[in-house]
Amino acid sequence: MTSIQVSRKAVVALEVVFWLVLGSCYFFFPDRLSLLSQILIVGLFAVSLDIALGYAGILTVGHAAFFGAGAYSAGLLARYGWGEPLSGLLFAFLICVALGWLLSFLIVRGADLTRLMITIGVTVLLAEAASQLSSITGGTDGLQGVEVWPLLGVFRFDLFGRTAFVYSACVVLAVFVVVRRILESPFGLALQGIHDSPRRMQSIGSPVSSRLRGAYTISAGVAGIAGGLLAQTSQFVGIGTLSFERSAEVLIVLVLGGTGRLYGGLVGALVYMSIHEWFSDIDPQYWMFWLGMFLITVVLIGRGGVMGWLSRFVRVARP
Amino acid sequence: MATVLFDGLAYGMLLFLIGVGLSVTMGMMNFVNLAHGVFAMLGGYVASIAMSTATLSFPVALLLGFASAAVAGAFLEYTLFRRLYGAHPLDQVLLSIGIVFVAIATATYLFGPTMQAFTAPSYLQGNVNAAGLSVGRYRVFLIVCGVLVISGLVLALNRTRLGARVRAAVDNRRVAQCTGIHVRRLFFLTFSFGCGLAGLGGALSLGMLGLDPFFPLKYMVEFLIVVGVGGAGTIVGPFIAALLIGMVDVAGKYFIPQAGAFLVYLVMIVGLLLRPNGLVARRGLLP
Repeated sequence: MTSIQVSRKAVVALEVVFWLVLGSCYFFFPDRLSLLSQILIVGLFAVSLDIALGYAGILTVGHAAFFGAGAYSAGLLARYGWGEPLSGLLFAFLICVALGWLLSFLIVRGADLTRLMITIGVTVLLAEAASQLSSITGGTDGLQGVEVWPLLGVFRFDLFGRTAFVYSACVVLAVFVVVRRILESPFGLALQGIHDSPRRMQSIGSPVSSRLRGAYTISAGVAGIAGGLLAQTSQFVGIGTLSFERSAEVLIVLVLGGTGRLYGGLVGALVYMSIHEWFSDIDPQYWMFWLGMFLITVVLIGRGGVMGWLSRFVRVARP
Repeated sequence: MATVLFDGLAYGMLLFLIGVGLSVTMGMMNFVNLAHGVFAMLGGYVASIAMSTATLSFPVALLLGFASAAVAGAFLEYTLFRRLYGAHPLDQVLLSIGIVFVAIATATYLFGPTMQAFTAPSYLQGNVNAAGLSVGRYRVFLIVCGVLVISGLVLALNRTRLGARVRAAVDNRRVAQCTGIHVRRLFFLTFSFGCGLAGLGGALSLGMLGLDPFFPLKYMVEFLIVVGVGGAGTIVGPFIAALLIGMVDVAGKYFIPQAGAFLVYLVMIVGLLLRPNGLVARRGLLP
């Protein structure tokens, strides 16, 4: 199969085009802005999972823990008096970084099975806490009455989701640029090395455990930002943000886009959410059936997702 | 207090019945299987239908639950799981989540989202009084089943040739293969048998936990905890862990309802911190 050779510069140009197209959706689909914000948020969430799963190779099926924790921290902060959006996001980020840092000690200790259990277990634990503390969090009804102040004191969050879309797009782009920088740094390269062979990395002197902990913490923080964004833009936090289904969904999004690739999460979110919107009137049970079928097929046919498929045709020139 | 502990014991036996097959899957083939609850659900539905529609007796329904889950396990092992031994754990997780989703959707389609109705046969209803203690007959029955199964398993593993092969394969798959043990076939058999036990557990859980299409998801963590805390690849480890989890869960929910649901996870985290490889670390299936 012939593949197209693309230079590094062209890739950067493509990236710019990608973001411009995403941004210009504001003008093309003015009546679908809330969906677009959701796509961006899920995309960022998938990117955060990619840091842990695709790059560092930490098997986690409980990333909703951080998404939900971020959503609840931002939501609660706005519900109980401080509705400034940017500081709310920072708050969500810090809470999740702290949570992720604490958990990372457990994560690096165990093998894959232990990691899996701990990540799932913590999600269930948080969901249980959120439903038990119903006087504060609204329990299973979700957190209502989240009042977010105008962005930068000027732009109100309007009914059509204009501010919400611009706000999410800017935040997601900013966070993505930072994540991109981190993953291309020596730290990110070390993560990819650990993903491929922890033992070799250890023997060439890379501190594997602390690298993994760092990756998990960063990933948790980014997931927290995504959750905080969802809480602020939808002005509501449902208990579903902490569910296993949410963790599984983001995993599907990432696998659909392609793991271990910068744009896998975003592309996956675009495709997944569009399909979901397309079939939004079918029964959720059948949706679940086809999701399951999709997962089984993906595993049997081969992983790689959209980005993996693209990479067969396009080769990036080495500098 | 004693009654509550007894209930916990019965719940633990259920967890053990369902989880023990998973322990072998994870121990022998290092396969991360999140779909194990599906087999329990299948067994439960088959038993329930057998009793309500076909009006078969409870023991027959239990046997059917066992058989159907074992057959389904054999089928899925042969068609799907087999391809992924030694694959990346992420693939195994994705595959098993996929199976769980398909199973939930199918069960909802076939049986509706509500809980299955179940009436225990008359000889298992009511209480028995023994030593000043009044306990439910169904609970006693569960505990008897659990004890029978674990003693049978331990005996079979330690006394029979097949058991010796299984122990060898869990200890070291490669060496076992070199000595001429057909590990794949052995695993096919043990996997099906483990699924059958899960089906039996699912059928038995009709009278205790209830059964609805979300069963595999609701109790997924519990099964994983039983195996993870107990030690994958062992029999006695999951047994101890299941009883511990069962009693902690029931007692916690009874005495401290606000914090009850957290206790199980607390046990899990403490257990994994103290013994990352499980209570009974994997050195064969012998205790």
